[in-house]
Amino acid sequence: MTDRLLSVRGLRVAFGNRVVVRHLSFEVYSGDCLAIIGPNGSGKTVLLKALQHLIPYEGEILWSQEAHLGYVPQSVAADRQLPLRVRELLGAKARLLHLADQETEQVSSELNLSPEFLNSGIGTLSGGQFQKALIAFALLGRPNALLFDEPTASLDELSEERIYELVHELQCQRGITVILVSHDLSVVYRYASRVLCLSKGKPCMGPPKEILTPEMLEEVYGAPPQYYRHIQEH
Amino acid sequence: MDASHSYAVLLAALFAIAAGLVGSVALMKRMVLASDVISHLALPGLGIAYLLKSNPLVGGGATLFLGTLLVWQLQKKTGLATDATIGVVFAASLGIGALVTPGEDLLEALFGNFQKLSLVGFLLGTAAVLVVVLFVVQMKDRLILDLFSPELASATGVNIARLDLGFLLVFSLTVLVGLRFMGALLSSALIIIPAATARQLTSKMAQFVFVACAVSLVSVAGGFVVSTLILKTSTVGPTIVIVSVLLFVLSLLKKK
Repeated sequence: MTDRLLSVRGLRVAFGNRVVVRHLSFEVYSGDCLAIIGPNGSGKTVLLKALQHLIPYEGEILWSQEAHLGYVPQSVAADRQLPLRVRELLGAKARLLHLADQETEQVSSELNLSPEFLNSGIGTLSGGQFQKALIAFALLGRPNALLFDEPTASLDELSEERIYELVHELQCQRGITVILVSHDLSVVYRYASRVLCLSKGKPCMGPPKEILTPEMLEEVYGAPPQYYRHIQEH
Repeated sequence: MDASHSYAVLLAALFAIAAGLVGSVALMKRMVLASDVISHLALPGLGIAYLLKSNPLVGGGATLFLGTLLVWQLQKKTGLATDATIGVVFAASLGIGALVTPGEDLLEALFGNFQKLSLVGFLLGTAAVLVVVLFVVQMKDRLILDLFSPELASATGVNIARLDLGFLLVFSLTVLVGLRFMGALLSSALIIIPAATARQLTSKMAQFVFVACAVSLVSVAGGFVVSTLILKTSTVGPTIVIVSVLLFVLSLLKKK
């Protein structure tokens, strides 16, 4: 049996009177690719933040001592006028974590980031490049668990495909555990080993084939999702 | 020029460097206006010190730091936007300051005056500048992550609230060093204008910070020369500001 990396028990997150996540318990094992799905406002992003202790919560979130997290947020409202190059951003994190000098080079080489890319100002990057820079940032420090919050929300289809291929490669090559928030159910079906479904009702969790059924999705989203027909056709 | 004048000139140059450093961070944090208002927090303290015939820097420094802590707490506790919080504190300090400062001292409190400086004053000012420089150098990487994304900085282990407080205090310390010759109204100008000028001239971070410090130094030197040699006045704050504004206007000529 694989090692347990994360254990969540009775998690509750509320902002004032509004409870966003309630009675949530689940576990994540090393090498898992857990996809978190659910309609808007169901608490997916809030859950990812709570898992990193970035917001207050009630309940128990226990990472194993070996867990080392990397985080790719949904979006970064970075000031595009900031006089900051990708190399300087990665260098700042590397120095802060006391990483060896070659670590930034290693991550850049794994992600095929060219010297031109590293010397680009963050304001000049396209959406896909920006996301790649965020992934490089997350990979610094050799995390064994990556938390992705809709990493392709603002990308075109081709860039989206490339990012997910990259995530999948990282998982295969490094055995990284992935916790992924996504609206794209085809991506979830393709890459996730387990799915956590958040909705107004009771959260449910299981393999994609059990969770991504038309009946279950209709209950969660309130309408039959179009992707299912797409998968059935192939 | 005797030793006490030399100390004053030297400290003005050190203030210029600290102002360039702090100003470039404030500009990137998009808190330039907020920072501007912080300098006015010194006014009530200056006024009280003039009334009690005690050291104006002690009074100015006290209300400056207390006001800074108040702004930081109000932001954290009330959830008000920074500009709203600072607007309230600004109006309060200007009102109280104008009320308690004796009429004949008000002009000096607002616009400063170039005076002799004792060795102790010089050493204290130098120590303050050293604290500012050390903070920016030591916190450089944390500041970069915070500028890029406070959320990612937190996820990397940076304590954002503590970093923000540290920066506000360092900003106040810089204002305090410049207070005696720039005054409560103008001491933040040298923090803001050179940084805005440098931003026009370069898009690389290290160069940006360096150019901001250089423009700040040139502004102080230019202001001193114009005030003391041409205008024969001890009020240097307004001329320093005018020189820095001229440099800013010149920077606009640079083609992007």
